Amino acid sequence: VTSPGGGAGTSSQSYAPIGGYAVIGDCRSAALVSTNGSIDWLCLPRFDSPSVFAAILDADRGGHFAVRPAGVAATTRRYIGDSNVLETTFTTSSGVLRLTDLMPVDSEAAKSRELWPDHEILRKVECVEGTIDVAVDFIPRFDYGRVAPAIDGRRDRIFYCEHRAGLLALSGDMPLAITGNGLAGTQQLAAGERRYLSLTYAHGMPAVEAPLGPNADRRIERSIAWWNEWASTCRYHGPYRNAVVRSALALKLLSYSPSGAIIAAPTTSLPEKIGGIRNWDYRYCWLRDASLTLRALCDLGFEVEADAFLSWLLHATHLTWPHVNMAYDIYGESHLPERELTYLSGYAGSRPVRIGNLAALQLQLDTYGELVEAAFVWLSCGGTLDRSSKGNLVELGRAVCSRWRAPDDGIWERRGGRRHHTHSKVMCWLALDRLLTLHDAGHLRVPVAQFGRERDALRAEIEARGYNEQLGSYVSVLDGNEVDASLLVLALHGYVDPRSPRMRSTCDRIRGHLGIDNLLYRYKEDDGLPPGEGAFGICGFWEVACRALQQERTTAVTQFESLLSYANDVGLFAEQIDPETGAALGNFPQGLTHVGLINAALSLEKSGQR
Amino acid sequence: MNIASILLWGFVATVALTTLMSIGHGAGLTRMSIPFLLGTILTPDRDRALVVGAAFHILNGWIFAFLYAAMLQSIGWTTWWLGAGIGLVHALFVLAAGMPLIPGFHPRMVSEYYGPAPNRRLQPPGFLALNYGSRTPAVTIAAHVIYGAIIGAFYTLAGP
Repeated sequence: VTSPGGGAGTSSQSYAPIGGYAVIGDCRSAALVSTNGSIDWLCLPRFDSPSVFAAILDADRGGHFAVRPAGVAATTRRYIGDSNVLETTFTTSSGVLRLTDLMPVDSEAAKSRELWPDHEILRKVECVEGTIDVAVDFIPRFDYGRVAPAIDGRRDRIFYCEHRAGLLALSGDMPLAITGNGLAGTQQLAAGERRYLSLTYAHGMPAVEAPLGPNADRRIERSIAWWNEWASTCRYHGPYRNAVVRSALALKLLSYSPSGAIIAAPTTSLPEKIGGIRNWDYRYCWLRDASLTLRALCDLGFEVEADAFLSWLLHATHLTWPHVNMAYDIYGESHLPERELTYLSGYAGSRPVRIGNLAALQLQLDTYGELVEAAFVWLSCGGTLDRSSKGNLVELGRAVCSRWRAPDDGIWERRGGRRHHTHSKVMCWLALDRLLTLHDAGHLRVPVAQFGRERDALRAEIEARGYNEQLGSYVSVLDGNEVDASLLVLALHGYVDPRSPRMRSTCDRIRGHLGIDNLLYRYKEDDGLPPGEGAFGICGFWEVACRALQQERTTAVTQFESLLSYANDVGLFAEQIDPETGAALGNFPQGLTHVGLINAALSLEKSGQR
Repeated sequence: MNIASILLWGFVATVALTTLMSIGHGAGLTRMSIPFLLGTILTPDRDRALVVGAAFHILNGWIFAFLYAAMLQSIGWTTWWLGAGIGLVHALFVLAAGMPLIPGFHPRMVSEYYGPAPNRRLQPPGFLALNYGSRTPAVTIAAHVIYGAIIGAFYTLAGP
């Protein structure tokens, strides 16, 4: 049940749960829409641009765009078919209201036949039953809530506001009036009546106004058709198709079409612990996600997206080549200075709000393995690589040879100093092993003797020091006695036979040490930050995939279905899950969690075929 | 105009510009490769594009050398810093006005408005070609200033 209110809530109200949001987007930017019809997060013109609406990070200062019934309403939501067009239905004592939200999309051919705005958010509101008062509240705040723009209402039913090169234009067929904050209006609709609101954005160009009425209906129909057609190419037809297709659609929304990059999440600073300081900016591309993301795309049949992503991986990261950073922006920039926006109160008081990410400067040796494995997966799927890409891969192998003996910051980006992480060593092993395999298959030429020698040295080091005989488990760091969930990946990448005694006992150790219900924490060691983060979404899915590879199918299915129950009402996952309440924690929606879901479902399918 | 001088020093200046840009590329200062951008207008084959683009680029270098020479000829004197100044204006024009136009005519480059169809084509350069790296404008300006300085320093004005 939702009640009237602005965006995420006012300072006296609680914020909407993170899992209470749904996402819409156009593969260049994305908006979060709450259950009460409020767009509380939107950055334009691209994912990592400053926000236009940020009520999710500060209900008072952030700005929002709400369309909702004026009274208390019960809410249900769904995406229409296999699309990213969101439909929210409000049921009140006087009637039923349906709100359709989308960022219109269409094919490039169709878009070339007519003038499209740079970006558009289209909101259609329709009274389905009875009569209902519809309230609109439009409070734009540029630059992460810093700038309250003046609103120009000189034209009939079109309002403009601008900041630097950015221009927002809101057109609608509802009566709106300029208030002290922005725009507001209320209109009563009877059954069958509908209204439209189109918010367009132009950057450094004149605004393009999008027509309303029947033309807007056509944009909605075409968008639904485009998404449905895209999703229909998904090759997975197993029992979890709905969850897998929704995950693919979420992953697609996180891709930046002009470059092929895929960001981790469209948000910043949604907390891993409510009220805590574990608040990070995820609007960048993490290389650690590369190979599993590519595998998910290839196995589902989205080869064009996989091709674009691999091309981005191998060429957009050129500026730091052959050394690779942990994260890049959508065009491959690795300088992502971190700043704290001290004037924002943060989601439910979770401060600081950060933009940029210092972790991008960390050394993660596993990224070399991720890149090579991504290329390996691509070639295994029948893809091809040009000569310069092959040369880049060989350079990566040389970089591994020269760097693997150094400590690194590890996959979990802990800020407490570098150590010899077992997972990182395994990924270095994987890089060299895959390059040698590609050499044997004739795809490229590598210095076989050097790569073979270093690969064998890596395995010897991992087996001697990365496995603790007393614990009966691989361990997080060489000569250590703790486990973390990244060790599950050892089996998924084929470093070790999943059914080997060493891997089985490692899985059991991880379950015993990190498990809570069917969820997994990523680690339990002190990471230098106040404790309290949730269970890590993808780790649970890794465990499912491991169990499936170990032919423990019943256990894997039970755990997988349990994990699916933590999705929100429209099938989306955040990075983490609160084990006590099941609530979503951290940035949202999180691509890596959805990649984990897809790969786990595919592993289950393969295990069922054996 | 002194055609022989244009052909000779236009070629030398183009080689210098290309070398400087390639050093910037190899050193990780920029991802912009002018031969690659030009070559992919004609072919999607990455390896072939570099060769075709290099030839196209030298031809361009000569064409621009004619323009530089025409300007120097009309001014009536020449020196290295005058050529460098023309190179600076040239670079600023390329970065600020030229680069954002490329997606409009390049058959294998997408624009900033592309999507949600997946992209397996060239990324757009963006304003000042910043999408190819934050130091791209500096490398481009330096290369064009050197290009202009060589022509300004060595081009021999045609007699009246």
